[in-house]
Amino acid sequence: MALQSLDIARRSATTTPAPSIRETTAVAKLIDVSTCIGCKACQAACMEWNDIRDEVGTCTGVYDNPIDLTAKSWTVMRYAEVEEQGKLEWLIRKDGCMHCADPGCLKACPSPGAIIQYSNGIVDFHQENCIGCGYCIPACPFNVPRISKADNKAYKCSLCSDRVAVGQAPACVKACPTGALQFGSKEQMKDYADKRIGDLKSRGFEQAGLYDPQGVGGTHVMYVLQHADRPELYSKLPNNPSISPLVALWKGFAKPLASLTMAAVALGSLFHFVSKGPNEVSQELEDEIAKEDAK
Amino acid sequence: MIRNPKDLQRYTAPERTNHWVVGISFILLALSGLAFFHPAFWPLTMLFGGGVWTRILHPFIGVLMAVAFVSMFLRFRALNVMQPADKEWLSRAKEMVSGNDHNMPEQGKYNGGQKMMFWMLSICVLLMTISGVVLWRAYFGFPAELVRLGAVIHAAIGAFMIGIVMVHVYAAIWVRGTIRAMVYGTVTRAWAKQHHRAWYRQVTGK
Repeated sequence: MALQSLDIARRSATTTPAPSIRETTAVAKLIDVSTCIGCKACQAACMEWNDIRDEVGTCTGVYDNPIDLTAKSWTVMRYAEVEEQGKLEWLIRKDGCMHCADPGCLKACPSPGAIIQYSNGIVDFHQENCIGCGYCIPACPFNVPRISKADNKAYKCSLCSDRVAVGQAPACVKACPTGALQFGSKEQMKDYADKRIGDLKSRGFEQAGLYDPQGVGGTHVMYVLQHADRPELYSKLPNNPSISPLVALWKGFAKPLASLTMAAVALGSLFHFVSKGPNEVSQELEDEIAKEDAK
Repeated sequence: MIRNPKDLQRYTAPERTNHWVVGISFILLALSGLAFFHPAFWPLTMLFGGGVWTRILHPFIGVLMAVAFVSMFLRFRALNVMQPADKEWLSRAKEMVSGNDHNMPEQGKYNGGQKMMFWMLSICVLLMTISGVVLWRAYFGFPAELVRLGAVIHAAIGAFMIGIVMVHVYAAIWVRGTIRAMVYGTVTRAWAKQHHRAWYRQVTGK
């Protein structure tokens, strides 16, 4: 549902400007991995606010539960046990949609208005326009969207676009007991991250830094990482994610060009006919056959 | 309409039916596929009952076409083996297109251009079927890297195929007296003698 209809920056499969008369401030959620205790309050708040209950799963031997994102679980905690300089580090990452400034899902979506990017940076799926083709899934550099087996629609974190539209923070941020989740303007979040990074550096995490990958134009969900030089330590958070060049080729200049070529073949045929005329059987041959028959 | 009993049979009823199944399913596939190809073609989804129905139907029509095409491939493959005369024909195709076919070499049931079309379409159908299965998310789950590649192949070959099928259809319209071979199977002797003289000799014994 399009609660905010005046501030749409981009709309999937649409070649004309979206209604963008209202400009809003770019927002961001900051996930400070160093202060996360892995309590999963964010997961619970997410399902409560969105009023979706995933099937109760089974224990897989680790804390991760559910083990992966699903159409009904839009955020999951991923627990990684990593040994750094002889010490165990428990790196807990809240996974979910990163709300890319340059969203691969939106680029790949063939259905007009099924994926929306608001001017505040939130990338939202409008399921009433989703046709269930699943093109958003391989286009996502973070492997986030999931198609529901029940209704064949794609689902993912909406960054609580409904709450943000009325000036509220996302439900997960509201529920976080340690302040590991912060929400505000993207600028504020970067400033806050700087403080956290300074603190981490003073405590010996030389490579602490902000995860705001430029390969996708930056993201509206950012991480403070103790080891920003190795994001893959955090349950395979991609290092330098970008939209696959195959997706760029598939959805880029090639298609308008191919469309024009197809039109040129159709028109070329017509004009060939108009200029050369039909290729009829020659009168000589017709007469020859008629003569044979007359014998 | 009374047909001349001396007309030559070019296609049997099963061959024609087979070709029409492929033809109709190809048109439906092209229309529904283009809808996802570029937003400019999105309104084509209306022909199939909306975006969701288009997404559901397209792959099933694809399966129908793949099966019908394999049957057609088996029927016509032996007739489409390239011969030296076909290469000669192809090297002079420009003259043919420019409207002067007087010096074209004598052709059997199919000329070099038709044979090229046959093999190109066969390869296209093979690639479209494989990449199409990779994209069919309702029933298959392939790794993202493969799906990305499949999507590019499906889109590129699809556009190419629409282009060459337009040439195929136009050639039938341009060469007068051809469409009837597809509709009721016969051609006039003069048509055969002009366009496929070797075939004409073979079937008439002249």
